[in-house]
Amino acid sequence: MTEAEKDPCAHCEEMMQPYLDHILTEAEVIEAEAHLDECDWCRRRYRFEESLRVYVRQAVSEPMPAELKQKLAALRIPLN
Amino acid sequence: MAEDATRIATEARDRVRFEEEALALADQVYRVARHLSNSKEDAEELVQETYARAFRSWRSYTPGTNLRAWLLRILTNLNIDRGRRTQRAPQTQALEANDYYLYDKLSAEGEGGQPADEERVVERLSQDDIVNALAEVPHDFRDVIVLVDIGDFSYQDAAQILDIPIGTVMSRLHRGRRILKRELADSVLEDVT
Repeated sequence: MTEAEKDPCAHCEEMMQPYLDHILTEAEVIEAEAHLDECDWCRRRYRFEESLRVYVRQAVSEPMPAELKQKLAALRIPLN
Repeated sequence: MAEDATRIATEARDRVRFEEEALALADQVYRVARHLSNSKEDAEELVQETYARAFRSWRSYTPGTNLRAWLLRILTNLNIDRGRRTQRAPQTQALEANDYYLYDKLSAEGEGGQPADEERVVERLSQDDIVNALAEVPHDFRDVIVLVDIGDFSYQDAAQILDIPIGTVMSRLHRGRRILKRELADSVLEDVT
């Protein structure tokens, strides 16, 4: 019995990050999707991960302070 | 001599173009710098030092290559050199949880057993929860998360910027995200108690 057969959800959990990063092989993608098609429990957790990634990116994106932009422009080397 | 004048003019034009292209990327460079360092103040200083160095050594940039990655390479080296990569809590062992752990914790806190809508579950995390949890992730892992997940760098670019093998980028990214989720789960549990 393979690991996937023993605990398909644990196996699916292992594949989640590489699946969302698009680095699984074609065969692994088919395997993951076959499980996700029939397992609402895992599907929710994949969807959550996708939302989380977007949410994290938005949460940590602070605009650059305007004064900093000016300070950087002032670092340019003047033309002689 | 006319030839010299032409050469000088060409060089001046190239340099101005370089500076303008670099400045146009400043927002993106700052966004990454903000979370590679531990505070806004450190990030601002780091970005200024990066640009000062970039403007001085613009000739070592090869036009047509990835300027954003080139700037970030300078920035991460400066960050390491200046010893700013100090951990907030240096002795704590980073804990990883399984990939489903955070969802399980968050959904268990809410809806009394009802399966919750995934997007609503995410909203139980505040912006501060996320910023603080990211700051708790040890630098080796955080650097990769910040470059790939926040800065949109490819694994290849991240590997070059950090001067580590691409396989290390991938393994740190996967482990780092698990550490981040563990930190987030802990922060939510603290809020509740």
